[in-house]
Amino acid sequence: MVEVKIGLEIHCQLTGLSSKLFCPCQCDYRGEVPNTTICPICLGLPGTLPLLNKRAVAFASMISMALGCKVQERITFYRKNYFYPDLPKNFQITQYNAFGITSIGADGKVDLGAKSIGIRRVQLEEDPGRLIYENADVNANFYTLIDYNRAGVALVEIVTEPDFDNPKDVRLFLDKVTSTIEHLGVCDIKLDGSLRCDVNVSLKGGKKVEIKNINSFGDVEKALRYEITRQKTMLIREIEIKSETRHWDDARKVTMQSRTKEEEQDYKYFPEPDIPTIILGDQFISTIKAKMPELPDERKIRFLKDYALSDHVAKVLIDNKELADFFESTVKLYPSSPNEIAHWIISDLLGLVDDSKKEERSLLSGLRIEPKHIAELVKMIDQNKVNRNIAKSVLSQIARTGEMPSCVLDKMNASLIDSESKIAEAIDSIFELEISAVRDAKHNPNAMNFLLGKVMQMTRGRADPKITLNLIKARLARME
Amino acid sequence: MPNHLYHLTANQVTCGIRNGEFSAQEYIFQILERIEKVDNKINAFILVDKQGAIEKARSIDKRLRDGGAVGELAGIAVGIKDNICIKDLKTTCASNILESYIPPYDADVIRRLKENDAIVVGKLNLDEFAMGSTTEFSRYGPTRNPWNLDYVAGGSSGGSAASVAASECAVSLGSDTGGSIRCPSSFCSVVGLKPTYGCVSRSGLISYSNSLEQIGPLGKTVLDVVMVMNAIAGIDENDQTTKPIRPIATRTSEDISTSNISSKYTAGQNKRNITIGLVKELIQGADPAVSKCIYTAVDLFEGLDCKCEETSMKSIQYALASYYTIATAEASSNLARYDNIRYGFDYDPEGYEWNTYFSNVRNNFGDEAKRRIIIGSYVLSAGYYGKYYLKAQKARERIRQEIKSLFERFDVLIGPTMPILPFKIGEKIDDPLKMYQIDIDTVIANLAGIPAISIPIGFSNSFPVGLQIMADYMGEQTLFDVASFFEKIVDVRRSPEI
Ligand SMILES: [Zn+2]
Repeated sequence: MVEVKIGLEIHCQLTGLSSKLFCPCQCDYRGEVPNTTICPICLGLPGTLPLLNKRAVAFASMISMALGCKVQERITFYRKNYFYPDLPKNFQITQYNAFGITSIGADGKVDLGAKSIGIRRVQLEEDPGRLIYENADVNANFYTLIDYNRAGVALVEIVTEPDFDNPKDVRLFLDKVTSTIEHLGVCDIKLDGSLRCDVNVSLKGGKKVEIKNINSFGDVEKALRYEITRQKTMLIREIEIKSETRHWDDARKVTMQSRTKEEEQDYKYFPEPDIPTIILGDQFISTIKAKMPELPDERKIRFLKDYALSDHVAKVLIDNKELADFFESTVKLYPSSPNEIAHWIISDLLGLVDDSKKEERSLLSGLRIEPKHIAELVKMIDQNKVNRNIAKSVLSQIARTGEMPSCVLDKMNASLIDSESKIAEAIDSIFELEISAVRDAKHNPNAMNFLLGKVMQMTRGRADPKITLNLIKARLARME
Repeated sequence: MPNHLYHLTANQVTCGIRNGEFSAQEYIFQILERIEKVDNKINAFILVDKQGAIEKARSIDKRLRDGGAVGELAGIAVGIKDNICIKDLKTTCASNILESYIPPYDADVIRRLKENDAIVVGKLNLDEFAMGSTTEFSRYGPTRNPWNLDYVAGGSSGGSAASVAASECAVSLGSDTGGSIRCPSSFCSVVGLKPTYGCVSRSGLISYSNSLEQIGPLGKTVLDVVMVMNAIAGIDENDQTTKPIRPIATRTSEDISTSNISSKYTAGQNKRNITIGLVKELIQGADPAVSKCIYTAVDLFEGLDCKCEETSMKSIQYALASYYTIATAEASSNLARYDNIRYGFDYDPEGYEWNTYFSNVRNNFGDEAKRRIIIGSYVLSAGYYGKYYLKAQKARERIRQEIKSLFERFDVLIGPTMPILPFKIGEKIDDPLKMYQIDIDTVIANLAGIPAISIPIGFSNSFPVGLQIMADYMGEQTLFDVASFFEKIVDVRRSPEI
């Protein structure tokens, strides 16, 4: 086995803010007419100065703390100088730790159970604008359009140590970090581009290769698998692995060498003179601590304790805050069977979700199922008003119509046949038809199940299977 | 009504208008006429906003007629250095790069001036992006010294000093990064203040070197400068480096004496009311024509209960290197935004690939701006950062500490503002190093963030000589008290013949 080292750089937009990082413009640029959510500051007009958004500092501090970082006492901003048309000032205001640690967070740790991943730093910086090419083939364009609406939106960059040795752990980590960010309420991860990830991979004996442009977290795992295989093949063939930046080709699912060869850039970092060094006092830190919402790890412990869920079920729910919230709302409506509710959510409800949606993490959008539906359905099962098979078809019906389960059932005219006399009538007719099976059933359980199936068929699944089975057994016993 | 209203001080102007001696319109017409008459010789103005000035004067007159209220600076003609943004008025920084740039907002200082009913008459000449000490590096040509038109007015706020000296406006705003207000004030015989860093908002000042520069007022008298300072100073939510400041008590030359100067060391004592430190290195480094003038003044002060004592400032040896390293580093980054994509000058991008267009655009900077961008990029680049930029910051800290310890012994530090007299236009333009060296006396205050003022102290070979007074951090009150007192004693105010 060749030793693999993987590190991540995650960019998280603080969409939970109302304004940009250094100006009062609204930070929600999605769906806005290009170049309308801008002002002299985020456009970098001559003479304008950055005004640091204090809530952004609080949000970034929360992320730092949640990832086990120590929040720094002195926070400094740096200028990263490079020329690009989407960058209004031709420098980005960011943070930099080469001359002493002054980023919001540093030296954190995320526990993945079997191992833990080091967090090198958590820093606050501004997003650039966006270049828009009208023709999908970039080279076919005669001009480039620039939309500065996104320029100046607050980003938190999370940089890990290269502590991963396989893509699966990366996936586990990303799930956990995503859920943490969701629980903090600082970023709406469902928004396109609100959470982005660059990765770097190196194999023992080779140089570090960076992969950018991975649009979905689901593709991170695929990109890593591809890249590791590619590098391993090169090692076997004794081809040198050079330090380079590659791009993930979303359509072909391969990593490609960047067309423009990126030289080793000198960003000429120096402290941003317009933002004085910020001293985060103990009071600020304790205020943030007090305001911290329940985090995934704490929530899981509570789920295990309060609802007696299994470790696996609790993890699946909590890895996606939407599911965990759905679960708790349902339990609130019907507290008797949390385990049954959890089961319905993670197997049956998730079964209705397209795979494509699973990558986007906006699982339940499009389905019309709400907690009240699951609550009623589980209650009806508990009261033997419906069996599981029928409940499943009721659920898929609700997903389309949003009707209450009882209403769907009425319409299906499928209320469970629990009157023993009606079931007994059906059993009588089956026993007359399936004489040989009846004979075998006395000593063969398969034959007994065959008879049960026939009865269910006859009643179109409405007979209560438990009652039916008991009646069949009783009838066979009587025949002896 | 006095004959030549344009010769009046700002204080005389606003008093005259309030008392009904003359109207704001009568005054402003005289100012505009004066500009028309003399500015073709001086070249202080880049733009004159005739219409705006007349409209403002009209509105002040109307309010006064109607018995309404007017601001502290009502009617005073103010010129603005053309690196300070005024909404809807071209702001060029005397650069080809911003030839047709019109800001959509007012600088904080402009907002305050307008609120105080000052009349903005136009935009004043400067070295391109305030980089220079003579105003020769302007795309609009050099500003000439009103005392001798063949000589430089100083810089980079040459237009700001020359316009006041030539009575084209009563007061003006300049910006001072390493002496850019005080140098031309000294060369043109006007009063010019570089405030404590953080006292005046930089919002709307087009950045050259953010950690060093401040906007400040220039005027014919210390009182005029105090009046403007009180209007423009204070905390601004658009500049996070601003700090709260107490208003400065205005004292006219009649009521200033050594007994009421704000001094933290000798309060309550009858004699030796202010302690003055004479910075040896600055005086010794100056041309004898300048230092003679300074010594004459010092003798005068000594006879009037001031305790003058020679002192040394060893860290001065690092000042210029530290200043030019930090200033150019910040400048190289500040000037990066001028890529002509969002604003700038008329240049069609059709047919150019981005990189080519970009370098063509950047070629429109003048020589001095290019020089500083290149030096700044160099001192920040990987491998040189520690050798230059970090060292410069260390030197700056050392200067700060030494200044701090000096102000434990002195109320103010004095010396010449400029080590030499004004020189001929073109004389030093090809020798950048010689040009940088004349900033030695002024850069200290910028590196230390302390306030410093230049006041006219005399003439040498019929050229003005300025005295620089520096006070402790946030020590504006002491600075102005001492300056008013000296101004009263030396009494050298006069106007050049143009
Ligand atoms: Zn904005």
